[in-house]
Amino acid sequence: MNRADALNAVKESITQVVPDADLAALGPEDTFRDTLEMDSLDFLSYLEILGERTGVRIDDADAPELTTLSGSADFLVAHVT
Amino acid sequence: MAEFTMPSLGADMDEGTLVEWLVGPGDPVRRGDPVAVVETAKSTIEVECFESGAMGRQLVEPGTTVPVGTPLALIDSAAGPREEEAGGPREEPRVPPAPERAAPATAAGAAPARTPVASGAPEHGPVEAGPLIRRLAEQSGVDPGSVHGSGPAGRVTRADIERAAATASRPARVRATPRARRLAAELGIGLSEVTGTGRDAAVRARDVSGAASRQAAAHPPQRRTPAAVPASHPPGEQAPGMRQAIARLMARANRDIPHYYLSTTVDLAAATDWLHDHNRRAPLPERLLPAALLLRAAAVAAREVPELNGFWADDGFTPGEGVHLGVAVSLRGGGLVAPVLHRADTLGPPALMSALKDLVTRARTGRLRGSEVSGATLTVTNLGDQGVETVFGVVHPPQVALVGFGRVVDRPWAVGGLLGVRPVVTVTLSADHRATDGAVGARYLSAVDRLLQKPEKL
Repeated sequence: MNRADALNAVKESITQVVPDADLAALGPEDTFRDTLEMDSLDFLSYLEILGERTGVRIDDADAPELTTLSGSADFLVAHVT
Repeated sequence: MAEFTMPSLGADMDEGTLVEWLVGPGDPVRRGDPVAVVETAKSTIEVECFESGAMGRQLVEPGTTVPVGTPLALIDSAAGPREEEAGGPREEPRVPPAPERAAPATAAGAAPARTPVASGAPEHGPVEAGPLIRRLAEQSGVDPGSVHGSGPAGRVTRADIERAAATASRPARVRATPRARRLAAELGIGLSEVTGTGRDAAVRARDVSGAASRQAAAHPPQRRTPAAVPASHPPGEQAPGMRQAIARLMARANRDIPHYYLSTTVDLAAATDWLHDHNRRAPLPERLLPAALLLRAAAVAAREVPELNGFWADDGFTPGEGVHLGVAVSLRGGGLVAPVLHRADTLGPPALMSALKDLVTRARTGRLRGSEVSGATLTVTNLGDQGVETVFGVVHPPQVALVGFGRVVDRPWAVGGLLGVRPVVTVTLSADHRATDGAVGARYLSAVDRLLQKPEKL
């Protein structure tokens, strides 16, 4: 998976959880979990959707890496074959 | 003929706006099916039907606000069973209806309101099918002419239509509610690209808006979709009137209920270890949040201390039948709703977790059902995600208590004479002093504490 596809998958997954999220205003290193006021349920849904969409296994321990756009995209690039 | 009326979806509701019909006149309905979407001051709710039969005349147009109790539609209760039996060919009328050609042009004449679909080969001869079957075919998007009749004399039966509907690759006419159709047209979404979540996979307005927002996400820069939301207010904003509705309820609570407040700090080391262990092994969809254990403990403790689980009305306490936990859910634009986890004490943590996910998602997208916003016997508020350690809430009348969970934090903690760092949570109870005294409340909090020490037994 190339980085552009990864970033798209991340953005689409976020949008599914927070439909009115303004992704254009979100910087690559912003902790979107906080910026978009996602609670723990929202964040779990995000991980679920992302895992489902890309087929990548996301462990509990991976969660801290996945709180920014660039962190999430990097994770996918590294783990999706 | 029964009347389907504007329901009361909470003690503080006196009128509601019909937003959308989910079924059309003549459609079969079953008791418990959501048939309409109603917007109240506080939220948008799917309202279930309390009769089985067929939807009759719809008396109120979408967009109309009417008082509670106003008839919205007529339900023909007699129609249901007949429709069920109609599957057998023996129920068909003796006189065969006028033969119909399979050509779409002719078929269209038979049903002016809906355009039947020509999915089959045009070379079929006249079709033998009763009006009920014809209607079913039309609803399923199946051309009766293209179906092989397995009944006597080649008559098309209900089973034939159902089989054809199931195997049809893609019906050209997608089942959709009128509002969904309008919204799709406004947003430029093709209905056939939308997965319907309504009955018989009918596309509903929210499916369209979901598809629209996914499309918007996929192609963000061009133009923002103007209104990708079925509700009459955007999701980022508070429903009009919600503030006033909360204001009325809370003012009443503070005026009528002499509150008392208790608080205790619970060691969550055992619960947290258990959760980590569970989550390490579980696939993502089965992972649990601390909230699942906290809610489970709150529900079981309510069963142990029934004095806090129920209602205060007419100067007396009525215990609740079962533990129905209201869960305060904050909405993105502000405001909150408290959907209900029915019989929460009978659900284990995994079941509670999935019920919670489902309820919260639908609360935030404005799609709760009528039965899901009423009947709470005890409410739980969990402000942990907002970062606060302690929440002393206001009891929701007519309930008599409210349980609050704060954030799970690491704190120095003495265990067995030694100081260690443990994850702890502050659990509070706000309760109605008319119904109980502090000793009862203390018993409740102790039970919560005790239950959380044995997470494997929860």
